[in-house]
Amino acid sequence: MSAAEHRAARPDAFPANWTSRVAWIGLAVYTIYATSILDITWARFVTGLDNGAKFLARMFPPNMQADKLDLIATGMIESMQIAVLATFFGVLLSLPLGLAAARNLAPSWLAWSARGLIAIFRSFHPVIVSILFVKAVGFGALAGILALIVSSLGFVSKLFAEVVEEMNPKQVEAVRATGANFWNVLVMAVFPQVMARFVGLTVYQFDSNIRNSTMVGIVGGGGIGAPLFTAYQRFDYDVVLTILIIIIAIIMVAELVSGRIRRIFQ
Amino acid sequence: MTDAAARAPRVWTRFSPTERIARSMLYILTAAAVVWSMKAVDIIPEFLYDAPEQTADLFRRMWPFDWSFYPKAVHDALIETFHIATLGTIMAIVLALPLSFLAARNFTSNPILNFIAQFIFVSSRSVNSLIWALLFVAIFGPGALSGVLSIAFRSIGFVGKLFGEALEEAQPGPIEALTAAGAPRSMILVKGYWPQVEPAFWSVALLRWDINIRESAVLGLVGAGGIGVALDAALNNLYWDQVGLILGVIFAVVIVTEVVTSTIRSRII
Amino acid sequence: MSAGALLSLRHLRKEYRAGQPVLKDITLDIDANGLTAIIGPSGTGKSTLIRCINRLVDPTSGEILFEGKDLAKLKGGALRAARRRVGMVFQEYNLVERLTVIENVLTGRLGYVPAWRAFLRKFPEADVTRAFDLIDAVGLNEEFATRRADKLSGGQRQRVGIARALMQEPALILADEPTSSLDPKTSVEIMELLAEVSANRHVPVVVNIHNVDLARRYATRIIGMTGGNVVYDGPPTGLTERDLAHIYGGEDFL
Repeated sequence: MSAAEHRAARPDAFPANWTSRVAWIGLAVYTIYATSILDITWARFVTGLDNGAKFLARMFPPNMQADKLDLIATGMIESMQIAVLATFFGVLLSLPLGLAAARNLAPSWLAWSARGLIAIFRSFHPVIVSILFVKAVGFGALAGILALIVSSLGFVSKLFAEVVEEMNPKQVEAVRATGANFWNVLVMAVFPQVMARFVGLTVYQFDSNIRNSTMVGIVGGGGIGAPLFTAYQRFDYDVVLTILIIIIAIIMVAELVSGRIRRIFQ
Repeated sequence: MTDAAARAPRVWTRFSPTERIARSMLYILTAAAVVWSMKAVDIIPEFLYDAPEQTADLFRRMWPFDWSFYPKAVHDALIETFHIATLGTIMAIVLALPLSFLAARNFTSNPILNFIAQFIFVSSRSVNSLIWALLFVAIFGPGALSGVLSIAFRSIGFVGKLFGEALEEAQPGPIEALTAAGAPRSMILVKGYWPQVEPAFWSVALLRWDINIRESAVLGLVGAGGIGVALDAALNNLYWDQVGLILGVIFAVVIVTEVVTSTIRSRII
Repeated sequence: MSAGALLSLRHLRKEYRAGQPVLKDITLDIDANGLTAIIGPSGTGKSTLIRCINRLVDPTSGEILFEGKDLAKLKGGALRAARRRVGMVFQEYNLVERLTVIENVLTGRLGYVPAWRAFLRKFPEADVTRAFDLIDAVGLNEEFATRRADKLSGGQRQRVGIARALMQEPALILADEPTSSLDPKTSVEIMELLAEVSANRHVPVVVNIHNVDLARRYATRIIGMTGGNVVYDGPPTGLTERDLAHIYGGEDFL
């Protein structure tokens, strides 16, 4: 074998990753194309910046009148209540739904039906689900709660089913070998393995429900969203700013607390 | 054994007294929160009795879908939604990547820079994409530009946080080896960090893109472009057969997105 | 079939893939006492045999006669009732890692305790007392009772595994490679414990084991398997080098 042949037989030490290169080039071309399609131009951006200055000027200072604060407090409390109830019922229902969707526990017909249901719950943004519930049960917090229960079910059951599928089958087998029935296996072999993660998901979902409970009001689902959207449409940007500051502060606090709690349970 | 049998029967409790008190407190607190929150639900009996009827009515009005509406208004809006989600994700990645290197404590040792990057991430994530959309619509006017910006600004924190965490988990071995060999910082980044975090990068990008497809579908409700604009119009006109069509289309797109992302993910990760 | 046999396997056959039997027509009697060691090379069906007995693996054909019933035919509640009488010790202990030692031992009673009691951890007092006694008996002590299983060493975990099996008040204990994940010294201790259980508590033990020396030292009967067949069945003293060569295939390995 000649030296040249020998070299050819060896794979290149640094092969050019063509898939990756093509992907990057494609992405760049797409970006330019889509930007032009959407009529995103520098001129618009500059005009916008000009508008932005006016907008900011109208926002400051935040409106702190007592009657406005009262209204905001009522809305904010309702948002929190929506979040609490949606988390409580959503998580409670996620427990059986998640178990039913776990392919290592449930018979396959049940697992696939549960997965189908979860896929439907997950595909719509909570605000869209709210629209449907507002039509079904009327304006108010109930519609928002039901919508967030649906989205909690979608998120928590899906991840909980994954947690259950990842558990150690040997521990389950050993408990089954003692002659334990299904419910006993669930209680003593499955729950101990998955409960800590389930609590983590619950806390995470509460956090996420607080965020979304501030939004469902835009379509009539109760909470702070309605006063926010009304103020926005009336160009009361100073009130908008007050509400935003309060929402952001509450979300940050919630995230801090939930992060702490999740660390305790890990 | 005889020794054990002679002793009084030993009792076992699952939790120590302190643990039991803590647990009871947690249960009481949860119950109290739920009861207090029930006040928010002022159930109007008429509405509730009416709910099954209203739901049935809703579906009756939705089906059959108004298919003729699809070529008229839905198709273009759908494409716009797709572009908003994708461009927003790309823009978020471009903005978040440098910040995540600043946030990673093993790459940037300056605590002030770490903090600034973290602060930007937290602010970005604390504002819902709909709220970002409200702000950008007020500034740039209604349309896709506001949509792209709101998706991007909401995603910066998500992408930056997760990617920053992936960077911090990078093995120090190869990086030390490159540093010891006298490689310049840019080289350490490209040959030391990037190969280690590339799977995490794609995973985060795909995950966020998947989420953004869903999110961009509602931005139109506040005027930030995409299919939400068509949805808003159909809702205001109470054309439920058009609403049904739009929801069906969104559902289909979300399912397709999920299949696509999970396929790509299983290929490259 | 001898009249005194506790467990009789009749023409037991197992195929994971059709036409490729892992167990070929196994017929065996296990008496109500003694420690029976099954030896043989890896992949010869020892583990499958043990797991067929309590139906963690379903046999393809054959009978498993135990306490007057054919386990191979049982289903649902009847199978669970039969499993209660058979304790099992695993190679990797298979404790529920996030439960405490005593909770793991108490899982041995799950065939008898309703789920709500297990959920609230309200096990009958007699069971709790017995669990403590068994924790002592396997050489741990009271301090271990409330320690989490994932905080224990391998030897300690296997002791808990044995206590869990004993908690079932079994008529038979199956041990699937109980020492293979342990260091040599701990392996000896665990085999000693199993031998003691079979001798003092009059519970027959059937154990799969790789280590021929340990089998010789502790077993009252040795069954040699190769290629899905039993090729030696007799007392440890009768096990010759020739037999071992037959079991493990060729003499090079000795």
